[in-house]
Amino acid sequence: MKSIAFGQYYPADSILHRLDPRIKVILTVLYIVCSFLCKNIISFALLLASALLLIAAGKIPLKVILRGLRPVLIILIFTAFLNIFWTKGETLLFGWRFIKIYAEGLYAAAFILVRIATLIIGTGMLLTYTTTPIALTDALEDLLSPLKKLHVPVHSFAMMMTIALRFIPTLTEETDKIMTAQKARGADFSEGSLVKRAKALIPILIPLVVSAFNRAEDLAIAMECRCYHGGEGRTRMTVRRLRFVDFIPLALVLLLGASLILLNILGFGYTMR
Amino acid sequence: MKEPFVETRELSYRYESADAAEPRVLRDLSVTIGKGEFVAVLGHNGSGKSTFAKLLNMILTPTGGKVFVMGKDITDENMTDEEVLALRKRMGMVFQNPDNQLVATIVEDDVAFGPENLGVPSKEIRRRVDEALSELGMSDYATHEPHRLSGGQKQRVAIAGILAMLPDCIIFDESTAMLDPVGRKEVMDAVVRLNREKGITVIMITHYMEEAALADRIIVLNDGRVLLDGSPEAVFEEEALLRSCGLAVPQCTELVHRLREAGIPLDGACVFPEQCAELIMKSLNKER
Ligand SMILES: Nc1ncnc2c1ncn2[C@@H]1O[C@H](COP(=O)(O)OP(=O)(O)OP(=O)(O)O)[C@@H](O)[C@H]1O
Ligand SMILES: [Mg+2]
Repeated sequence: MKSIAFGQYYPADSILHRLDPRIKVILTVLYIVCSFLCKNIISFALLLASALLLIAAGKIPLKVILRGLRPVLIILIFTAFLNIFWTKGETLLFGWRFIKIYAEGLYAAAFILVRIATLIIGTGMLLTYTTTPIALTDALEDLLSPLKKLHVPVHSFAMMMTIALRFIPTLTEETDKIMTAQKARGADFSEGSLVKRAKALIPILIPLVVSAFNRAEDLAIAMECRCYHGGEGRTRMTVRRLRFVDFIPLALVLLLGASLILLNILGFGYTMR
Repeated sequence: MKEPFVETRELSYRYESADAAEPRVLRDLSVTIGKGEFVAVLGHNGSGKSTFAKLLNMILTPTGGKVFVMGKDITDENMTDEEVLALRKRMGMVFQNPDNQLVATIVEDDVAFGPENLGVPSKEIRRRVDEALSELGMSDYATHEPHRLSGGQKQRVAIAGILAMLPDCIIFDESTAMLDPVGRKEVMDAVVRLNREKGITVIMITHYMEEAALADRIIVLNDGRVLLDGSPEAVFEEEALLRSCGLAVPQCTELVHRLREAGIPLDGACVFPEQCAELIMKSLNKER
């Protein structure tokens, strides 16, 4: 099926799937902060362990997670490479002509790898794989609802996001169709200079944009027929109430953050400058 | 005649963007549709069917004439927003392209969209969604993503989404036009059942004569006017008139008409293949 750059919901029955999406959004933010708090080898080990724990808690097959990492593989390899060869340190491990590899370089490469990988795994496990896009937008709408008082159109943004998510597969499919149609008419997207290839995309983009506008018009009428009139007076089928268990992961992540700060103060093992 | 449900009086409409030389899309259209009726609306492309449908739930405002729904004048300028919502809840509408009417990324969330807009309490929404999905045989797909369903299934989800608003009437605007024969049958079975079992008034715009034959009554529009209005049997008798405005009759009806022209005595109307077979059998038996 269509593989989309960002991770997609993976249905399963797990602790993370059942966790309140609002909590998950907060957890994600905290988790990102945590990953930037890491400075030494023990904190990174902890971070890695927490990512593995998340994978286990979310019951997502490793295959799916590795597939999610694939798009950033090049970036990962590239940054690791840069760090290994460019970092100057004190302990020289290997030196041949101008190539000098320091222990610090290896550490830096490993750290950055762990940081990026855990960031992706963390957000994936907490949000994209275990939360339906609808639950996610609902959660964001809830969390941002205080902004409604400042006349920020929070509901409209959430609705826009939902619709965008709903139409990504439809438009992807349509792009494929148009490309095939243009290829059948002799269009060539894979050869020639960059300018030529960019030009070849115009006959795809124009029909796509036109059709997107037509769809938008249809959808607007269909939504009106279904009594849509903005966020006012709207109810929801699933109302979520926070339960006690929802706070446990929150406590765990706070604990993780506290230990990371403590480790930074104590400074065990090799510490990143 | 049944108690009237929708009534239009000299309804006319002209699109603002259309140039002045063009005739109005609808011209003094007066029809009455009874409560619980199953009406098919036929007409060639551009005859104003979709425009007519959109006037019935105030998506468009008529440029002339009036529309009454359950005796209430919906073209009244003083209609409040609540009244418009109540009207749209009452007159559900299903469109042609299933992809362009589903809003949510999960089937059941989409079905819940209408009731959510109406401010129905959460528990009640849940109940309605489950009921609507089971009514259309889509319960097993409640947590699926719509874009992975077949066309017929998507269209059934769209119908469930309307049904969950508990409408009195559903307008189908060529809702089977983009489906394959299997999907078309799924949808038509659902439509007929909703009409017969739930007593929902159905206004079905279609280009398929075989579908129109299932209705209690057919209204043929031509150039914004009612050309024919009657039972399928009566309407399909007028083959020449239908042809003159670019429409056909069901194949079986045509066969009977041709046989008659060829001098074979077949009496009685025919709109379904079964009827056709019966008529031919009868005539063969008579000959023997
Ligand atoms: N938004 C619009 N602006 C201007 N003219 C329009 C608009 N929509 C439709 N029309 C014109 O109004 C006429 C009737 O259109 P309508 O969509 O009601 O026809 P229809 O019977 O539904 O046709 P079809 O079978 O193709 O769906 C057509 O001539 C069409 O070109
Ligand atoms: Mg139409």
